[in-house]
Amino acid sequence: MNSIETTLESVVIRFAGDSGDGMQLTGSQFTNATALLGNDLATFPDFPAEIRAPQGTLAGVSGFQIHFGSTRIHTPGDRCDVLVVMNVAALKANLRNLKKGGVIIANTDGFDAKNMRLANVPEGENPLENGSLSEYDVKTIDVTKITRAALADSGLGTKEIDRCKNMFVLGLLYWMYHRPMDNTLAFIQAKFKKNEAVLNANIKVLQAGWSYGETTEMFANRYNIAPAKMEAGVYRGIMGNQAAAYGLIAASVKSGLPLFYGTYPITPASDVLHELSKYKNFDIKTFQAEDEIAGICSAIGAAFGGHLAVTGSSGPGIALKTEAIGLATMLELPLVVVNIQRAGPSTGLPTKTEQADLLQSFYGRNGECPVVIVAAQSPADCFIMAYEACRISLEHMIPVFFLSDGYIANGSEPWKFPNSSELPNITVEFAKERASSDDKFMPYFRDEKLSRPWAVPGTKGLEHRIGGLEKQNITGNISYDPDNHELMVKLRQEKVDLVANYIPNQTIDTGDDSGDILILGWGGTYGALKTATQQLITDGHKVSHAHLRYLNPFPKNLGELMGKFKKVVIPELNNGQLVKIIRDKYFIDAIAYNKIQGQPFMASEVVAYIKSQL
Amino acid sequence: MTAIEKLTSKDFASDQEVRWCPGCGDYSILKQVQTVLPDLGRPKEEFVFISGIGCSSRFPYYMDTFGMHSIHGRATAIATGLKATRPDLSVWVITGDGDSMSIGGNHFIHMLRRNPDLNVLLFNNQIYGLTKGQYSPTSEQGKVTKSTPMGSVDYPFNPIALCLGADATFVARTMDRDPKHQQAIIKRGYEHKGTSMIEIYQNCNVFNDGAFEIFTEKGSKKQETLFMENGKPLLFGEQNEKGIMLDGFKPVIVNISDVSSNDLWIHDETDLVKATILSRFYDDASIEGHFPRPFGVFYVNENKATFDDLFNAQIEEAKTNYGKGDLDKLLAGRETWVVN
Ligand code: SF4
Repeated sequence: MNSIETTLESVVIRFAGDSGDGMQLTGSQFTNATALLGNDLATFPDFPAEIRAPQGTLAGVSGFQIHFGSTRIHTPGDRCDVLVVMNVAALKANLRNLKKGGVIIANTDGFDAKNMRLANVPEGENPLENGSLSEYDVKTIDVTKITRAALADSGLGTKEIDRCKNMFVLGLLYWMYHRPMDNTLAFIQAKFKKNEAVLNANIKVLQAGWSYGETTEMFANRYNIAPAKMEAGVYRGIMGNQAAAYGLIAASVKSGLPLFYGTYPITPASDVLHELSKYKNFDIKTFQAEDEIAGICSAIGAAFGGHLAVTGSSGPGIALKTEAIGLATMLELPLVVVNIQRAGPSTGLPTKTEQADLLQSFYGRNGECPVVIVAAQSPADCFIMAYEACRISLEHMIPVFFLSDGYIANGSEPWKFPNSSELPNITVEFAKERASSDDKFMPYFRDEKLSRPWAVPGTKGLEHRIGGLEKQNITGNISYDPDNHELMVKLRQEKVDLVANYIPNQTIDTGDDSGDILILGWGGTYGALKTATQQLITDGHKVSHAHLRYLNPFPKNLGELMGKFKKVVIPELNNGQLVKIIRDKYFIDAIAYNKIQGQPFMASEVVAYIKSQL
Repeated sequence: MTAIEKLTSKDFASDQEVRWCPGCGDYSILKQVQTVLPDLGRPKEEFVFISGIGCSSRFPYYMDTFGMHSIHGRATAIATGLKATRPDLSVWVITGDGDSMSIGGNHFIHMLRRNPDLNVLLFNNQIYGLTKGQYSPTSEQGKVTKSTPMGSVDYPFNPIALCLGADATFVARTMDRDPKHQQAIIKRGYEHKGTSMIEIYQNCNVFNDGAFEIFTEKGSKKQETLFMENGKPLLFGEQNEKGIMLDGFKPVIVNISDVSSNDLWIHDETDLVKATILSRFYDDASIEGHFPRPFGVFYVNENKATFDDLFNAQIEEAKTNYGKGDLDKLLAGRETWVVN
């Protein structure tokens, strides 16, 4: 039949189903196809902490949201235009994320009595039948039945057949949004090359989904979304944790130092380990230690030995590493600490995002223990900031925190990846061999950055001892001298402060450099704050947005930059952390705006809040 | 290659004043290590000593080698990371009973199962010295200390049995008061490829004086100790008149004059089952009929590949299989698109 073609600027689709329904895979396949078409996009996977949460229940619902368009896209979208639900629990959990008047594509088989019971929906209250969805455009399909019929002759068991359901949905959406299937076909071929029956079944159901759109009359509309006008260049898709891993690898290559990553599995940081462990041929040495403490301590050993040493975790693991971060600070060795933040405290919400650990990064150690802190603002930015963390750490002989969060770690976006020659150089020089006739080696002799020489074991004439006891400046010998301790505490602080001379100045991301309100953000809220600011400016308000990627030290011009606005509002996904530090350092009456729900900001929430402050 | 200059024990002494209590067993261990190292034929800069926290852990400051005095219990983990990345170095771990078996217990057993090529000197004084005398995980039950005025209720670890249980590949015991034996054992430990775990009975004359007296003092040493030598019968006593026989799996003390020499237990360092039995010669010396305490090498396994070898072999294998990594290829990934 002939369908009506409509051109849209952007669309938000959310796939939701049981964690066993393959929604993450469906979402990521749709994302790849969309990226290859040249749309700009942002994604947001939202899944339960339990690997196999009870089937059919609200707790087991797994979602994947993608926002794509012909314009620049900065967030996965506040609310979706299309909600695909594989069962009633998925509908119940996600309906609030759907725009009024939006499309619901529902798998009716997931709305049977059993599913209703599991989702705690009273009997006779099937939302597909009781009229409660009258404000939406509801399309019902018995995906299970169609899939089973399509595969009746496949020789596969019902369980295996039902696992192909997600391909039907994917095929249908590919048809609706004019996405090519080639990419997914190639993926299926590769994934199931050892099992031909399953391979063919997936392809068949994918095509059945496409044909369903084409032949039934239920879907009268097809949509075109033109490629986005993006900066010219070559692009690829990238996820945050993958980008972080690439940033570390790039720093290893550019510094000429092999990388050692000592870590312990933890959500949502483990993917950094998984990614790095694939690249042993880059001299990337990953070590899954017996615990978080051994993860960082092994990295300190590697740093002593002259490697680019990195440890990675999330908040609870960082808490365990605290004492060792203090040791690295005393040793004045380079060490990068990756923290992919999640909602806390304690175990908190492992799969949910939160800007939970800024204060932990600043202050969470015994004694005066300043470290450098940088934070990524988007999935692709994880590459740059992980690289920056390594650069600063190696060139200043200092521990550096790299902060990311669950939202950007698992999110993805198109990435205009750099050529390796465009990356800033990382200059590392080990202390040189000495003859016995030379002066005695001074392990805590400092250069203009206040960093000490990196004297790796095996170098003749550099034998020296370092440790956690207070050092005498210059000689590095143990010292209990009161004046020396004060000097050393000040020196370690000054060393961090001096890093400000080696980082870029703060810029305004969106808007004028003066006005009524400066929205000051950091980390993964970038997209939402930028989108909100654009909206506010369109609405005629004098609002600007600046986003911090260097948090300790702050860029040198930050105070001046903030001073040009009547108010500074600091939106954070926590109970107010950056705002405390800004108030403390700049004595300004910065306003905290906080959300602590394990979910990212919606641009519309930010717009509403800022309007209330104007 | 330039010839390695012959070093002396003085070359291994740093300029730092040694600050253990006068009479502490640690002095002897420092001396023996400084005596052994020059004989190993390795340039000084290749030695690294890593310690945790405790009296013993001051050790690296007194050695003129590379060293790190780290944090409590973590020397084993730091040394594992160093050895994994720098297998060319000779890495030594200096630890105590509290450092390795209390706060660092987890890293200690995991180091042993992984078997990096490290030399671990475990100074066992059965007490917390640095914190001024609380009971340790090797203190005997009932130990009265400042933290246990009515005696400790904890049962002690048997360090040798613990190490064997963790599949250590070199397990030995020696004592501060026997320099020659200590030197020989340290040398053997160095020669072993894999983790060499050497427990050293070390007298803390301030907080636990005499803990090992019956093993170290002339009057009782011969009766109470059993010096194991590979391939030789297990003998002890004033004139080596007593021996050990195995009745099935059950060890029995015999007068050698009563048995044929063929029936005596001949020490075999490579026999894990027998090493396990010997590790259980750990009775309270006041018990009638107790076994003598064994010293020497309990067990050696030269066939277990080291962690550092396996770890680095994978890097080489990946390079052979995929070629040296190409950063630009990695960044581009498999699928790209062009925006004009
Ligand atoms: S307290 Fe005991 S172990 Fe520590 S230095 Fe003094 S004697 Fe030695």
